[in-house]
Amino acid sequence: MLSSHPPVIALKDIQFSWKAGTPVLDIQELIIRQGEKVFIRGPSGSGKTTLLGLLGGVLTPERGQVAVLGADLNNLSPSKRDHFRAEHIGFIFQMFNLIPYLSVIENVTLPLGFADARKYNIIQTGVEEKQEAIRLLNHLGLTDPELIKRSVTELSIGQQQRVAAARALIGKPDIIIADEPTSALDTDTREAFIKLLFEECEAAGSTLVFVSHDPTLEPLFDRSIPLHTINRMSQHWLAESSNEQETA
Amino acid sequence: MTVMALALKSLKNRRVTALLTIFSIAVSVALLLGVEKIRVEAKNSFTSTVSGTDLVVGARSSSLNLLLYSVFHIGNATNNLTWETYQDLSSDPAVAWAVPIALGDSHKGYRVVGTSDAIFQHFRYGNKQLLSFVEGKPFNKLYDAVLGSTVAQELGYIIGQDVVLSHGVESRSLQNHDDKPFRVSGILAPTGTPMDRAIMISLAGIEALHIDWVNGAPPIAAFSVSAGKAEAMNLLPTSVTAYFVGLKSRIAAFRYQRKVNEFPQESLTAILPGVALGELWQLVGSAEKALLAVSVMVVIAGLMGMLTTILTSLNERRREMAILRSVGARPWHIFALMITESLVYALIGTLLGFVLMYGLLFAVQPILQSNLGLHLNITLPGQFEAVLAGIIVISATILGAIPAWRAYRNSLADGLTVRL
Repeated sequence: MLSSHPPVIALKDIQFSWKAGTPVLDIQELIIRQGEKVFIRGPSGSGKTTLLGLLGGVLTPERGQVAVLGADLNNLSPSKRDHFRAEHIGFIFQMFNLIPYLSVIENVTLPLGFADARKYNIIQTGVEEKQEAIRLLNHLGLTDPELIKRSVTELSIGQQQRVAAARALIGKPDIIIADEPTSALDTDTREAFIKLLFEECEAAGSTLVFVSHDPTLEPLFDRSIPLHTINRMSQHWLAESSNEQETA
Repeated sequence: MTVMALALKSLKNRRVTALLTIFSIAVSVALLLGVEKIRVEAKNSFTSTVSGTDLVVGARSSSLNLLLYSVFHIGNATNNLTWETYQDLSSDPAVAWAVPIALGDSHKGYRVVGTSDAIFQHFRYGNKQLLSFVEGKPFNKLYDAVLGSTVAQELGYIIGQDVVLSHGVESRSLQNHDDKPFRVSGILAPTGTPMDRAIMISLAGIEALHIDWVNGAPPIAAFSVSAGKAEAMNLLPTSVTAYFVGLKSRIAAFRYQRKVNEFPQESLTAILPGVALGELWQLVGSAEKALLAVSVMVVIAGLMGMLTTILTSLNERRREMAILRSVGARPWHIFALMITESLVYALIGTLLGFVLMYGLLFAVQPILQSNLGLHLNITLPGQFEAVLAGIIVISATILGAIPAWRAYRNSLADGLTVRL
């Protein structure tokens, strides 16, 4: 249904290695279209983090093209890539997402200081940054005003992850990249968190790239991509380990 | 949120170590400023022990020795000069005024200075100040004595009190001039110079004390002259220890000095007190230079402490940096964040150091004044202080660049991966 939408992420003939000669990532093609909610599944060590680094423009591949929102990241200068990331991508990590010395609201509005376009998106709607942060937090289920006033270190992990989600979503970035955001949560809150995340991504019109090793979450997404099916190096690695098993 | 606000909030979060770091910088800055202040003031106070005097003349000796016994009342004169010589040389047309002094007696460890009342009109110290009286007046009777402020304070003497002077300057086993007691006629205001520890009497008074002495030995009872009898006798001094000279024109100083040094009847030395004081200060000044060097080291230690604190915090803040990077902070933001932190340490530390130093100065000033006679001028920070503050802040920034650069490198290497 979304195949008609323009691609927001297009990887082509990507190869990346930390050590010369031993590539960890070798992807022929990966296309993610606007508004999609994509699940990328892979065990740890399968090149997930490396893939996210490429998408975020923190890493550059030796070969191939990384196009995000039509921009070729490889051709941008490091500072332009930083800028691009700040404006267009919101990140949620596994845990410890928050700056401990900032308040909940300050944590949520933090990206706006580095991304003018996202700030502008809010100003346009005629709301203040703080109000928008509170709105997002409320939508993500953090409605208690007392809770919002608390130090972020006093929040539960589930609450912290929701604050992190609000921070990724503020200013309606085009892409949300979530790296194992639910692995520290228990099964009940996991699904609730993902549903809230979906709602907010839809409301903001953001594309969601969700990376996890947990196959139980797979059915919730529009599309699931097992990383080993697109990463030729990971197949190589699997083949190698199965060979070892055979010889053993 | 600006980088500045972030840095401040981050510091507030680590306020205990931050405050300790700031405090250690403040203490080191206060120490350095204080040492420098005391150094300058001690030098000023020292070199202004005598001012407005063009030459000091005494028997032939080293200039340092002459300076020490005539101005600082330390040590003894090698010889006296005769009254005739004094009269002859002080009547030189270039001389505006001359104040003779005769040393050799004491009272409870304080030197007695026999002099003329010209000392109150011509002898100047510090910023060309004359001696002034808190109480009483100069000596005008034979047995009148004027006390320096320390003498009066320490011994608790008041106007009109009798004082028995002793022969010699040793503190023990002195022969007292108890047949001719003196009476306090005036007490001087504190000067911060050796004058505070002197008792001044007239030259005639000195003469009266010794009129019946023969060859430096006390009189045998039969030959002693009573105080009353002495008053009626001819008390023209036979010799003086040294004299201070003011010239009509300073240009004549070298000519007059040569005249004194080449005086045919007696071997004499004339010194320019400013020059001699400078030489003496070079001798005692090496201690204060060592002190200054030590306090510079303390400042360096303070800054090193700051560097250690920041470097130690880097590892635990790696996650914080990665989060900042993930929300869009550029590597230079991370660099600026770290530099701001060391700037905050240096600025607040230096500021607090100044506050501490002035607080200490106000606390210490009266104690130094009364115990050491050292007057500390408390002034607004001058050029030295401004330069010092500048150097400290700049060095802190340069030092701060080390952890900032490391954080910058880390943030480039770590990227968005949040490492534990």
